Amino acid sequence: MIDATFFVLSHAEIEALSLSIKVAAVCTLLIIVPAILVAWLLAKKEFFGKSLLDGLVHIPLILPPVVPGFLLLMLLGSQGLVGHWLKQQFGITIAFTWLGAAIASAVMGFPLMVRSTRLAMSQIDRKLELAAQSLGASPWRVFFTITLPLAMPGIVTGLILAFSRSLGEFGATITFVGNIEGETRTLPLAIYTYTQMPGGDLIAMRLVIISILIALSALIVSNLLERRMAKKMGRI
Amino acid sequence: MLDIHIRFARGDFVVNVQQKIESSVTGLFGPSGSGKSTLLGLLGGFIKPDSGRIILDGSCLFDSAKRVNLAPHMRRIGTLFQDGRLFPHLSIKKNLTYGLNLIAEENRVIQFDAIIEMLELSDFLARRPHELSGGEIQRVALGRALLTSPKLLLLDEPLSSLDMRLRQQILPFLKLIKDEIKIPMIYVSHDMSEIEYLSDKIMRIEAGNISN
Repeated sequence: MIDATFFVLSHAEIEALSLSIKVAAVCTLLIIVPAILVAWLLAKKEFFGKSLLDGLVHIPLILPPVVPGFLLLMLLGSQGLVGHWLKQQFGITIAFTWLGAAIASAVMGFPLMVRSTRLAMSQIDRKLELAAQSLGASPWRVFFTITLPLAMPGIVTGLILAFSRSLGEFGATITFVGNIEGETRTLPLAIYTYTQMPGGDLIAMRLVIISILIALSALIVSNLLERRMAKKMGRI
Repeated sequence: MLDIHIRFARGDFVVNVQQKIESSVTGLFGPSGSGKSTLLGLLGGFIKPDSGRIILDGSCLFDSAKRVNLAPHMRRIGTLFQDGRLFPHLSIKKNLTYGLNLIAEENRVIQFDAIIEMLELSDFLARRPHELSGGEIQRVALGRALLTSPKLLLLDEPLSSLDMRLRQQILPFLKLIKDEIKIPMIYVSHDMSEIEYLSDKIMRIEAGNISN
């Protein structure tokens, strides 16, 4: 049943794979700055409404993914509050496009990135930041030269988690941007589509293997990077 | 040189200081809980006094009446902490130059090479903080604080985390700094012998009040 041709990907499969990677990369780029900012606020600052912000950030982790997907559609769909305006003013459509898929995974991956970065930032000895200030560094400089580099292992882990989450994102994506071949049919959506097709199991299996390989490599890379950074700082 | 008139209260604990400090090294002696660290925090700008003023070398760092409260990084007060606090992600050289690079050229009265030689740091430059011993870390931290050419150097029990042998090794460096570099220092310790060895003037702090 399985021979060498099993590993030759069809055009549609290559498209699903490259689309997945494009969506995951854009999703990661979208969240990097806001997630670091929110993580910093949650780790280092006390302010009114902090619990609310904390809750809002984390809610996609516990909701069924279809709920954020539906809310995105309400907000950014062509009839949605923001989506309608974007279309009128700039002619931009987000729903049912690959960019929409990236936004859907960004919402789902955001809490993972925030959690990991926040944990790393809250473990930084506050005394080091005070020492930097006593050496003449402004709060901004302290952030960029002390806080950010010391939190880097957590930031990298968070980015890899968000990237991987995006590769696996299904519910929010299919709700918000549908399952359009070549536009929004990412790897998980393609697997789902093939399992629904008569005789598609073999192709689905091939894509499943690819998914497992990507997930494994992401975890290994994340581990290696973390160890390397820890070694540099003398923690091992 | 340093003119302090401040009051700071948190619950029952009150720090009340009215002092003019003019000697090159002022030893501040007091038991734990007497307000030593609070006083250093107030001077460094990390804790805000309730009222009063702090004038250093003619420039106003804090004045409640004029609503002046300079941020810590603007005060040009260096601190040598008890635990060194070297930045673990930077090499020793980058630790040393961290503050040096932040001050304007014309304010650099202390030169890098001079400090490296004085504190015998040249062998450490390429290393990282975790490769250094406690005494070496304190020498680097002292160099790092001095290289910002501070107008005042606060030494917050800099030897208390070291054993007797290492203290004996560091003390001569501190003495050398005192004799070679004319930066006024406030040396805080609960060890009278260290204070007597280094200081020109000794003040005692007890329950937030300073006496000569």
